Amino acid sequence: MRKLPLVLTTAAMTAAAAPALAADLSVTVDVPRLNTASYHRPYVAVWIENPDQSLNRSLAVWYQQTRNAEGDGKDWLKDMRTWWRKGGRAMQLPADGVSGPTKAPGRHTVTVPAARLRNLAAGNYVIAVEAARELGGREIVRVPFRWGGPNTANGSGSSELGAVRVNVTR
Amino acid sequence: MKKTLAFLALTAALAAPMAAQAHRAWMAPSATVLSGNDAWVGFDAGMSNIVFHADHAAMRLSGLEITAPDGTKLQAQNSAQGRYRSMFDVELKQEGTYRIANVSQGFMAMYEQGGERKRFRGTEAEFATAIPADATNVVPTRTASRTETFVTLGNPNDTALAPTNQGLELIPVTHPNDAAEGETSTFKLLLNGQPATDVDVTIAREGIRYRSNPEEVTVKTAADGTFSVAWSGAGLHWIGASVRSEGANGQPGTNASYNGTIEVLP
Repeated sequence: MRKLPLVLTTAAMTAAAAPALAADLSVTVDVPRLNTASYHRPYVAVWIENPDQSLNRSLAVWYQQTRNAEGDGKDWLKDMRTWWRKGGRAMQLPADGVSGPTKAPGRHTVTVPAARLRNLAAGNYVIAVEAARELGGREIVRVPFRWGGPNTANGSGSSELGAVRVNVTR
Repeated sequence: MKKTLAFLALTAALAAPMAAQAHRAWMAPSATVLSGNDAWVGFDAGMSNIVFHADHAAMRLSGLEITAPDGTKLQAQNSAQGRYRSMFDVELKQEGTYRIANVSQGFMAMYEQGGERKRFRGTEAEFATAIPADATNVVPTRTASRTETFVTLGNPNDTALAPTNQGLELIPVTHPNDAAEGETSTFKLLLNGQPATDVDVTIAREGIRYRSNPEEVTVKTAADGTFSVAWSGAGLHWIGASVRSEGANGQPGTNASYNGTIEVLP
């Protein structure tokens, strides 16, 4: 683990129950700072995709977890269209260790403890990160990685997402 | 008086939704894939040459059947009829797939009486007594039409999609709310519960008004009634098919039409 990014939120740190160094899989997502008149934090889903592009499991879903004057935050989960269609719609949310509040622009790390991936067979997978923003766009970044030994992989978005880094530590 | 005449003309136009074959019947949902706890969907329905473009006639919604995910029937809310489109809302309180259909079944007959061509329109029961004894060249036809669309809140299910086995209907092989640009959906066309084979199915994407090429596609159903559509673009898609058959041996002919709307997401 490199220098802890300053923008790492308290929530993300709390979510990482195990020390980051011992984690088997971590996904770092840059939420870009966008200069727009009416900025709302994006909804973001992070999931593991099988080689056939089916959803293996959701790792993180960041959405508005409360109700406001405009409605329940769950009303817009479907705007993460790809994630929703591939399996988000079959999930019960909130889900322990998966759902969380929306994140401010900056670098956020999803750390998946070993125990949660013990039934993931060794092989090639893809980390998919999808962001959808109110009055904004939608973008998916896919980063292929290998499960079963240490490796790192990188990808990058161009509009709604910045760099995505996948780190498998063992 | 003027108002009455206009009303009568409108009623006549609406009474025969399928009579004007040139015009296509369509039902356009405001959304088809929804999440959360506040889901309402608005629907527009009309008949026009350019699908989903309300510029010809509103649809009479007397045969509206809204099937909830558990198979129960729901009532439309906020119904209204405009000049060119009818509209209503449905609140989605259950998770799953809803089928929203405007269905009509009827009976018509062409006949001649004293050298004059006449037409009967009504029910099959009425037909037995409504045709004069001196009528000749009686050509009776059973008519059935279905104009429908599908919407899903949360996880899709198939309960509402079960065939009614009446008229022409579309049965999913691929779920109707699972259509995505770049992918292929497969559906099955049934006529009175039996596979409708070798039927031309027309697929028209919305927004024809804003492009020069209508980009319409026609496919034929296979022996088992199935057909596939490769979605080359996102948007609402109208799926139209009709089956006409001549009557024989005293049996009436058939005129069944289907008008479905599938939303393809990017």
